[in-house]
Amino acid sequence: MRKIVLSIVVIAIAVAVYEGAQHHSHSKGAPPGALDSPAATFAVQDLDGKPLSLAGYRGKVVLLNFWATWCTPCRGEIPQFIDYQSKYGPQGLQLIGISMDDDAKPVHDFYQQFKMNYPVAIGSASLAESYGGVLGLPVTFLIGRDGRIAAKYVGAAEIPILQQKIEALLQSK
Amino acid sequence: MAAHSRTKGASRVEHLQIPLPKQALALRGFVPAILLFALALFAAATIRAQSPSGVSELAPGSAQLINPDELLSLLQSTTGEKPLVLSVGPSLLYMQAHIPGAEYIGAGSAKPGLDKLRARVKSLRHDQLIILYCGCCPWSHCPNVRPAYNQLAAMGFTHVKVLYIADNFGTDWVDKGYPTIKGQ
Repeated sequence: MRKIVLSIVVIAIAVAVYEGAQHHSHSKGAPPGALDSPAATFAVQDLDGKPLSLAGYRGKVVLLNFWATWCTPCRGEIPQFIDYQSKYGPQGLQLIGISMDDDAKPVHDFYQQFKMNYPVAIGSASLAESYGGVLGLPVTFLIGRDGRIAAKYVGAAEIPILQQKIEALLQSK
Repeated sequence: MAAHSRTKGASRVEHLQIPLPKQALALRGFVPAILLFALALFAAATIRAQSPSGVSELAPGSAQLINPDELLSLLQSTTGEKPLVLSVGPSLLYMQAHIPGAEYIGAGSAKPGLDKLRARVKSLRHDQLIILYCGCCPWSHCPNVRPAYNQLAAMGFTHVKVLYIADNFGTDWVDKGYPTIKGQ
C-alpha cells in the first residue's frame, strides 16, 4: 500500500514539475515575439495623435503588421489588410500597422492615398525589439483573443494561409 | 449636344480626306508598327541611360556582390585592407542591429541618404574598398542598395561591393549568429 501511495506521489511531483517547466518556457522564459508567448504590450500614438495600445484591443484577434512605405512587399499586402479590416472587423479582428519609416510624412500620404481603415503608428527600435526585432520587412503577427502570439510571418504572408488562420482565431472564444 | 459635336467633327474630317495612291494606302498599315518600334527603341535607350554602368541591377551572383560569409571573413581577418562598411538602409533597422564598425548613412532611396553618402566618401581614394548594405527586405525589392551603388560608381569609386542579403538582415546575418551591435 505504501508503495502505491509513494508511486502516486512521485508521479504527481513529476507531472507538476513538467507542467511548471512548460508554463515557464511559454511565458517568462520565451524570447520576445515567440509563438504562444504573450504579445508585448505597447502604448503609442497613431497618425492622428490618438492613443493606440494593444491592451485596448484585448479580447479581439489582432493582426499587427510592421511595414514601411518604401517596402514593395509591404505595399502589396496593404490592400488585402484593408479588406480584412472591413470583412472581419465586425467579427472581432483588429488590424494595427506599425510603420518603420524614418519619416512620418510619407506614411501620412500613403495612409490617405490608400484609404487605410485601421490605425497606424510610427514604430521605434524598442517596440520592434519587444517583438523579437524587426530586421526585415514586412513582419506580421497574429495575436489571439487571449493576447498570445498565434502566428508570425516574416516576409509577405501567404494570403490563403493567413486568412485561414484569421478565421480559425476568430472562431475561438 | 455631344452627338451633335461628334457629327460636326466627323464631317470636318471627312471633308479633309484626300484620296491616296494605292502604294501609300499599303504603307499606311505599317505606320503603327513603325511607331511602336521607335517607341521601344526610345524606352530601351532611356533604361540604358538610367544605368550607364550596366551593372546597377546587381543581379545575384554578379561580381559587385559579396556574400555574408565572405564579408565576415574579411572583417575578422587580421591581414589585408579593411573595408569601409556603410549602412544605406532605414535607421530603425540599424538601431536594432548592425554590423560592428558599420557607419550609418541613411536610406539610399532618398536624397538625404545619397547626400550623406557623397559627403562621407568625398575625401576618400577612389580605390578604397567600400561595402554597402541594407537588408530591409528581399534582395530584388530593396530600394536602397542600387541607388547607393550607382552613386559611388558615378563618383568614380572602383572598389565598391554590395552585401548580398537574399531575404533580410535578420535572416541572412543575425540568425546565422554573425556579430552585431545595437544603437545609433
